[in-house]
Amino acid sequence: MISILKSNLHRTLLILLAATIAAFWMRSDGLVGLSVGATTLAIAYLKGRLVVLDFMEIRHAPLLWRGLLEGWLLVVTGLLFVCYFFGQNGA
Amino acid sequence: MDGKDPQGAMTSIATTPDIRPAPDARRLPGDPDVWIFIFAELLMFGAFFVAYIINWMGAHEAYTASQLTLDRSLGLVNTIFLVTSSWAVVSGLNAARADRPRQVAPWLAFAISLGIAFMVVKYFEYAAKLDTGIDLTTDDFHMFYFCLTGIHLLHVIAGTIILIVCWTHAREGHYHAGNLKGLETGASYWHMVDLLWIFLFPMLYLLR
Repeated sequence: MISILKSNLHRTLLILLAATIAAFWMRSDGLVGLSVGATTLAIAYLKGRLVVLDFMEIRHAPLLWRGLLEGWLLVVTGLLFVCYFFGQNGA
Repeated sequence: MDGKDPQGAMTSIATTPDIRPAPDARRLPGDPDVWIFIFAELLMFGAFFVAYIINWMGAHEAYTASQLTLDRSLGLVNTIFLVTSSWAVVSGLNAARADRPRQVAPWLAFAISLGIAFMVVKYFEYAAKLDTGIDLTTDDFHMFYFCLTGIHLLHVIAGTIILIVCWTHAREGHYHAGNLKGLETGASYWHMVDLLWIFLFPMLYLLR
């Protein structure tokens, strides 16, 4: 078990699974509100970033490509959050 | 362990080295052209996501009511399937980089089986909706639900076919430290499919 956790790859998988279950649990437990939605989106961003950096290996890609993919993550998550915020506040 | 022994690959989880490109050797894995395709796909899905959330913004109470018809547990299971399959593909890639070509095919077979499991779950999910009279004309939420998950499902099918092609090559010992391009290209596409679902799952099943 310890040798599994020493691997970045296996650690990434465990974090992704734990984050997925945490987001699911928040919804199942009936938690509501802006902070819950914002946390759900933040978890999606962090999971997406782990996939991009560690699975797609963009961590070691030319900076242009790293910028494009990390930029996509930021823009998409940012737009989702802004729209979610205004939707929650009845805009 | 030979290429027909999936169990052998599973027992090597702790011993498969985590081999990544050196930080000073910046490169895109696989064929550079596939990255243009991947980025175009991300832009297209990004536009879909924004279209969905803008519509959600205008009627989020109605969307939340419709969201209750979805089985969140199936969404969770499918997320676990895709994330784990991405991990299996990277494990197979690492085996090839470590010059262990016989370990590649079992990892890919595991990833492919998870991709097929995703499709099976999706089939039952769609069937349950259609059986209760819910389809993409029911309301705006279900229009987005069927269209977004349907287009994503087509990508899962395409990605699984690509992985099957890589698997047939891997069974012949095709992938090793000196020949990674095809496997890296297929892996990159598969990770994109995973990345898109990572956003679709919370957007459609969790946000309210």
